[in-house]
Amino acid sequence: MKLDARIPSGPIEKKWEKCRFEMKLVNPANKRKFSVIVVGTGLAGGSAAATMGELGYNVKAFCFQDSPRRAHSIAAQGGINAAKNYQNDGDSIYRLFYDTVKGGDFRAREANVYRLAEISVNIIDQCVAQGVPFAREYGGLLANRSFGGAQVSRTFYARGQTGQQLLLGCYQALERQVQSGRVTMYPRHEMLELILIDGKARGIVTRNLVTGQIESHIADAVVLATGGYGNVFYLSTNAKGSNATAIWRAHRKGALFANPCFTQIHPTCIPVSGDYQSKLTLMSESLRNDGRIWVPQQKGDKRKPSQIPEGERDYYLERRYPSFGNLVPRDVASRAAKGACDEGRGVGETGLGVYLDFGDAIRRLGKGVVAERYGNLFEMYERITGEDPYSVPMRIFPAIHYTMGGLWVDYRLQSTIPGLFVIGEANFSDHGANRLGASALMQGLADGYFVLPYTIGDYLASTKLDKVDASHADARAAQNEANAQVKKLLGVQGKRTVDSFHREMGKMMWDECGMSRNAKGLEKAIGHIAALEQEFWKDVKVIGAGEELNQSLEKAGRLADFFELAQLMCRDALERQESCGGHFREEYQTPEGEAMRDDDDFCYAAAWEYKGPGKKHELHKESLSFEYVHLAQRSYK
Amino acid sequence: MSAAATALTGKSADRPGFWANPIGKKAVMAVTGFVLFGFVIGHMVGNLQVYLGPEKLDAYAEFLQKTKGLLWGARITLLTCVILHVTAAFQLAGLQNKARPQKYVKKTSAGSSYASRTMYWSGPILLAFIIYHLMHFTTGQAHPDFQPGMVYRNVVTGFQSVPASLAYIVAMLMLGTHLYHGIWSMFQSVGINHPKYTPLFKKLAAVMAAVLVGGNVSIPVAVMTGLIR
Amino acid sequence: MKLTLHIWRQKNASSAGKMVRYETDASEHMSFLEMLDVLNERLIAQGEEPVAFDHDCREGICGSCGFVINGVAHGPLPSTTVCQLHMRHFKDGDELYLEPWRAAAFPVIKDLVVDRSAFDRIIAAGGYISVSTGSAVDANALPVRKKDSDMAMDAAQCIGCGACVAACPNASASLFMSAKISHLGLLPQGQPERMERALNMVAAANEELFGSCTNIGECEAVCPKGIRLEFIARMNRDFLKASWTFRADRVEGD
Repeated sequence: MKLDARIPSGPIEKKWEKCRFEMKLVNPANKRKFSVIVVGTGLAGGSAAATMGELGYNVKAFCFQDSPRRAHSIAAQGGINAAKNYQNDGDSIYRLFYDTVKGGDFRAREANVYRLAEISVNIIDQCVAQGVPFAREYGGLLANRSFGGAQVSRTFYARGQTGQQLLLGCYQALERQVQSGRVTMYPRHEMLELILIDGKARGIVTRNLVTGQIESHIADAVVLATGGYGNVFYLSTNAKGSNATAIWRAHRKGALFANPCFTQIHPTCIPVSGDYQSKLTLMSESLRNDGRIWVPQQKGDKRKPSQIPEGERDYYLERRYPSFGNLVPRDVASRAAKGACDEGRGVGETGLGVYLDFGDAIRRLGKGVVAERYGNLFEMYERITGEDPYSVPMRIFPAIHYTMGGLWVDYRLQSTIPGLFVIGEANFSDHGANRLGASALMQGLADGYFVLPYTIGDYLASTKLDKVDASHADARAAQNEANAQVKKLLGVQGKRTVDSFHREMGKMMWDECGMSRNAKGLEKAIGHIAALEQEFWKDVKVIGAGEELNQSLEKAGRLADFFELAQLMCRDALERQESCGGHFREEYQTPEGEAMRDDDDFCYAAAWEYKGPGKKHELHKESLSFEYVHLAQRSYK
Repeated sequence: MSAAATALTGKSADRPGFWANPIGKKAVMAVTGFVLFGFVIGHMVGNLQVYLGPEKLDAYAEFLQKTKGLLWGARITLLTCVILHVTAAFQLAGLQNKARPQKYVKKTSAGSSYASRTMYWSGPILLAFIIYHLMHFTTGQAHPDFQPGMVYRNVVTGFQSVPASLAYIVAMLMLGTHLYHGIWSMFQSVGINHPKYTPLFKKLAAVMAAVLVGGNVSIPVAVMTGLIR
Repeated sequence: MKLTLHIWRQKNASSAGKMVRYETDASEHMSFLEMLDVLNERLIAQGEEPVAFDHDCREGICGSCGFVINGVAHGPLPSTTVCQLHMRHFKDGDELYLEPWRAAAFPVIKDLVVDRSAFDRIIAAGGYISVSTGSAVDANALPVRKKDSDMAMDAAQCIGCGACVAACPNASASLFMSAKISHLGLLPQGQPERMERALNMVAAANEELFGSCTNIGECEAVCPKGIRLEFIARMNRDFLKASWTFRADRVEGD
């Protein structure tokens, strides 16, 4: 298989314009004759469905939640980047493009990133027009802040709930189309299979989560906007329902999966408190602006933090990275915390945590200023841990947060299956090996509002699509597969619960394919997970029937796909014999312990092809060239 | 017509009107409640003339009886207000029952006043009291020894009956709770709520309710303790 | 700590439900939902059906979770969703009653799971600003007073969980509706459709069998996002004004 990214020729700042001009248009009167399925209603899916509805297409939108407003985009706190340069501090489209490519450690596609930066300005306009209440200055104009170590203030925010406000804007636009009849909404529906007819994506099989009914939906194109797969690790900052089933099922039908091992770990999460832990809560990394991170110098020091004198504390980030200190990028901060805990210097009951201390900040700025800056985060911390961060240092630990990998797409966001488009976190395209803060929201909305609605039109206008319905043999076969999977899961009747399997696999993935990886560990994980998968199919216990609301059955189906994906992630991590961005291979580091990229051998996107159950995936490489941002090693010393 | 326009105007034809709408009904209740509240104040001020002796009170009553325009104008206005207020309340209560057919096994009130939760009880009880009150002091059927035109005497003899006095006292306490919620609530219903003024309205409601209860209850108490004879 | 739970169990929308008693153990560091996770793991091991409840982000922002604990929506801690409520706020030996939101407009689907799609239909009736993608002007072309923007944000924080309806003795959706009407009505972008929006959203809520607001205030007390009664007054204001000024022959697009 040859991967054609279909990147337009010409200078980078003209590529998107050129592409838009070259694409065929659908006659306005014909748009209503085309139907499009959108799976997922987060920022990417919701904005795409709303915009295509506005354009006149017939859209069917699906989500597993009870309402499209609950997609996990809603939980994003920090903000959304845009190259508006409203602060006159030297920002530009080119600078945002440059920062994103560099931040992604040179494993993203330049053309895509440039387009993202270009569109970022339109997103803000659109969202403000919808009524998103971004923070403002007294003069009535929009406020910005700098975020995640950026040297310009280009982040727009709505208190600590930017994702929520953007999603609600997008949800409202979607509901407007529902009211107009252009979009039909299917909440509490989960996609279980992709329907391929004549090699093209023509529909999906879904399970109605209330009645258990498995049904086929046919359309002219399918858009997957189902988010990331961080829940492979069981514990992550993702919502409990976030899953990879839609993209994995598409992958099994022929869509290549790119860079599965690129996962982002967020350094400032609330540590695990016990083995009943169900998820991890992120706290904005803005906390690192004033908080100082430390652990005791002595191993196993169980004294209270207030009893450990200044001289016996190790402010390890300030020591190792004197110029960036506590503000080093997410991956660096996370690995350093893990290192400290691995040495036995972790704090808290589990020993898996480091202190984030506001003592100095309170002495320097006063409690009032600290409360003004971080009050809501402190409250959240206290609500969860029962400890008062004004008097006791916070305990933090890294957690899985975002997955840069996803289904491979070309410049037009089409996967290797014609008619199957993938947008938002579900695709792999824009963030390379590491995503910058406040860029996920930007990408989701860029794809959904401004890229996909154009590119899907070109596909529909230039492709011959036969009239088919759900009675087509291929649709029936897909529906049978989905039915068989449900029956199989219910039929095992073993002894172990779904969650117990998931926890075990998640722990394995966290230990061996998490913050730092090595060949031995990855090989071990692959073997262990394969064995666990076999045990799952022999011993899982799913109570209840298929024809009802059955939350255990939903979880079991998602876990079945996570097992396969986890093995591919380890395989990809094993294959990528370099360290870059969120992917750190212990074998490939500088003498000071920093990530060592290998641009000669690994400057490519690894796109994996599914070859059948039990068979090894085949690797395809899309080589990446950097014409505008020159390859350079990151340094935060 | 664009899709957006359909979405916005599609419903205008079959949209329920002002009265058919709970917010409309509540606004009617607020306005009529305001009128009734004004009347209750005036009525109390008139009644308190009982402390000035029989001549003053009877003369006041006679003045009212003679000024037919004022008397019937007030009666018609009050009756209209009562009918609207009660009809709206009755219909809204019906909506309440339909909106929650299955009750909670365990329900704890959070952040609400006793008065606000019992409006659907205090209202009907007050209505029954008004009918009794009219039969007691206006038409006389419920009075043991009613003498037309001798208001002062009727008040004294009426309140010498302990059950009657108790009924009045209980009813006035009900009126107090009804108004305690109603007085600030009517502002809310017509859309007036402001962090600066709403707490004042609530205080005002408490003071007015207390004044009304105190003023009106004082009369049967004064009769029973022999202060007024 | 040991707890006695009485949980509403109902197989599906058409069957009758009842309270079922369970004894369980919990650690004070668990969240309330983790306590139920542990109970469910045990029920599955015993071959019993686990308790169904809605949940997703477990960070208090998605609005999926929510049920009534001892008669209070989202439980005893103010400004906190069930998923953020931790067991340290309970004590050994507590007896807790868990019930679904109860309202005709929110039919029970199973156990503690209810159908809140009525909220989506209310938003669809007008809870938006009609601006199609691509038609927006520059974001700073329209200044918004900071005070208005901040207050709009206060209202916009609603997570659509339905606790207001659950707590309201009238099962009214006023707090929910008023949050959206206020959010959009406070912004200059929302003015062109302000009157129609109030009329249409209120009309949509009436069709859903929600009760009427009688200004009791329990909604405000249980709202995990601090949406205020003040917004209901704003809605009333908009609705009343719109009712008196509405003319069917002067609506744009007609």
